[in-house]
Amino acid sequence: MAFLIPSTATDAATPLELAELPELDQGPGRRQSPAIRALRRMGKAIRSNRKATWGAGLLLVFFLLALFPGLIARDDPSAIVYKASLGPSLHHLLGTTGLGQDMFAQIIWGTRPVLEIAFGVGIASTVIAMLIGVAAAYLGGFWDAVLNLLTDVLLVIPLFPLLIVIAGYLHNAGTLVMILVITFTGWSYTARQLRSQALSLRKRDFLEAARVRGERPIYIIVVEIIPTMTSLIVASFLTNALYAVLFSTSLQFIGLGDPSQVSWGTMLYNAENNEAFQTGQALWIIAPGLCIVALGAAFALLNYAFDEIGNPALRPIKRGRRREQAPRRSRVRERA
Amino acid sequence: MRFALRRLGFFLLTLWAALTLNFVLPRLMPGNPAIAMISKFKGGVSPQALHTLEIQFGVFTHKPLLSQYFTYLGNMATGKYGVSLSEYPATVGQIIKNAIPWTLGLVGMTTILAFVLGTGIGIVGAWRRGGTLDSIMPPVFVITSVIPYFWLGLVLILLFAVKLHALPSFGSYFFQATPGFNLTFIWDVIQHAILPAATLLITTIGTWILTMRNTMITTLAEDYVRMARAKGLPNRRIMLDYAARNAILPNLTGFAMSLGFVLGGAILTEFVFNYQGVGYWLLAAVNNEDYPLMQALFLLITVAVLVAILLSDIATAVLDPRTRDAS
Repeated sequence: MAFLIPSTATDAATPLELAELPELDQGPGRRQSPAIRALRRMGKAIRSNRKATWGAGLLLVFFLLALFPGLIARDDPSAIVYKASLGPSLHHLLGTTGLGQDMFAQIIWGTRPVLEIAFGVGIASTVIAMLIGVAAAYLGGFWDAVLNLLTDVLLVIPLFPLLIVIAGYLHNAGTLVMILVITFTGWSYTARQLRSQALSLRKRDFLEAARVRGERPIYIIVVEIIPTMTSLIVASFLTNALYAVLFSTSLQFIGLGDPSQVSWGTMLYNAENNEAFQTGQALWIIAPGLCIVALGAAFALLNYAFDEIGNPALRPIKRGRRREQAPRRSRVRERA
Repeated sequence: MRFALRRLGFFLLTLWAALTLNFVLPRLMPGNPAIAMISKFKGGVSPQALHTLEIQFGVFTHKPLLSQYFTYLGNMATGKYGVSLSEYPATVGQIIKNAIPWTLGLVGMTTILAFVLGTGIGIVGAWRRGGTLDSIMPPVFVITSVIPYFWLGLVLILLFAVKLHALPSFGSYFFQATPGFNLTFIWDVIQHAILPAATLLITTIGTWILTMRNTMITTLAEDYVRMARAKGLPNRRIMLDYAARNAILPNLTGFAMSLGFVLGGAILTEFVFNYQGVGYWLLAAVNNEDYPLMQALFLLITVAVLVAILLSDIATAVLDPRTRDAS
């Protein structure tokens, strides 16, 4: 008869939170914040969802490359000390560039700036989006209107042309400038998503309680609202990081990056300028491109996997479940 | 009516924001890039044109900022975009007029093709849920959608132009051909468009497929679809008239938006293939520090997007009455 017992909690909590209520029973000392619970769920998801496992694995590999490039590639990536345009060999795993640098070393050392930009933009624009989006939703009224308008305007101005224009004025944008410029132009999409999520939380009891306790708005936003949106925040980090990878390498490729920096985008810029294809140097273009695709795919796969976790209908159908459904479908087909 | 007015207000506000960005950005940048530009082109350009530029970018002038700003807004409103510095004496307007048809043709056609194909594949994929197509689609298209346009373009050039010598990879037509409305020239243009179009198609189709598939899956679980099944309607009709028709709305709005992005959406593709469209000229202007041309192109791209968004908002409101009340 358990299902007949009226649960007062259902009014306030979604089924998702209900499922986690037992943790509350362990006493206030062991109560976990929603953020930690969400992160735990994600950890479990990475282990169980194949796409997420692949994404996380790829990301880990690039992370290690960026942290310890010297252990893997002993050559100085920018030193011009070898014969130009050598083919792949044991000494030069990917050959040398048309300028005479070791290409393998360039690829390995080039990982760090890309990851720095990806994480820098991912974190910075998520933080800005979080503050603006949640503040708009929580404060409401005049501030909501102003912040929302700002978000909307930035949202519709075409990003990549704007980036090109800004980078065109700046000349030779290094890592920090890239992070600032991409963040400045790119936070609006996430802010929009976070705002609508925060709007749906606004009337919930735990926020009402905090307000009655007399907490300041900034406390409520940071301590009460933001932790409940952890999964959305992680998703927005991944989206922004992905765009940062694509945008920054594109800008470097067209020559708006810092030409002295060793990175995948500048490699492609140098390759294109030295007519790598015409001189039989296909690897010079293919290798850094594949790295960009792999890093982008890592972020995209993780993001898609979290989408699937949030919306079970999108998950791939398992063979066993398909057979269960089969009879119903065939019956429909017979009639049709 | 109120809805349309509000959208129009937003349109004007955003337009003003883009104009102001154009005005403010060069003045905000460290070491005022406009001064470098003007000293670079001194001598190559008539003194009168140079003087207009000095006013446009606010260097060597004693006018207060506010009056500069209003002069600038006035010039933009009356279509005085100035002369191009790198292509002097061509005016910015002439360059843009020559560039637009190429971009519209190449990117416009490809956008339509990607939308039609992608939506179709998405419908079939979701309908045969769990089939071969459905299970390989998501991972494959998640990956194709992160391939940088420019890199895919380079790889296609390597395969089809350098290795196979099958297709041209440079420009929008053979440089010695005389443009005209005859079969040889049209065939020439088509050949030159194949590789850049393929680049755009491969990288953009994934988004259409995945959005359509994902909305369609949600729609297929609706009661009216089950009802249609129970009535014994033919599968084809359920798929197209019941499920797809209701699921297509997000894709349609996306399509209207992407039509606006046509002008600025293929900058890197045009750059890689030296295809003389809007994006090619934008990058050429940036690399040559030809700021008047760059500003005008940025404005053009923005206006195109804004108009498309305005139209798509109105179209959505007409197609789906629910949105009218919601916002």
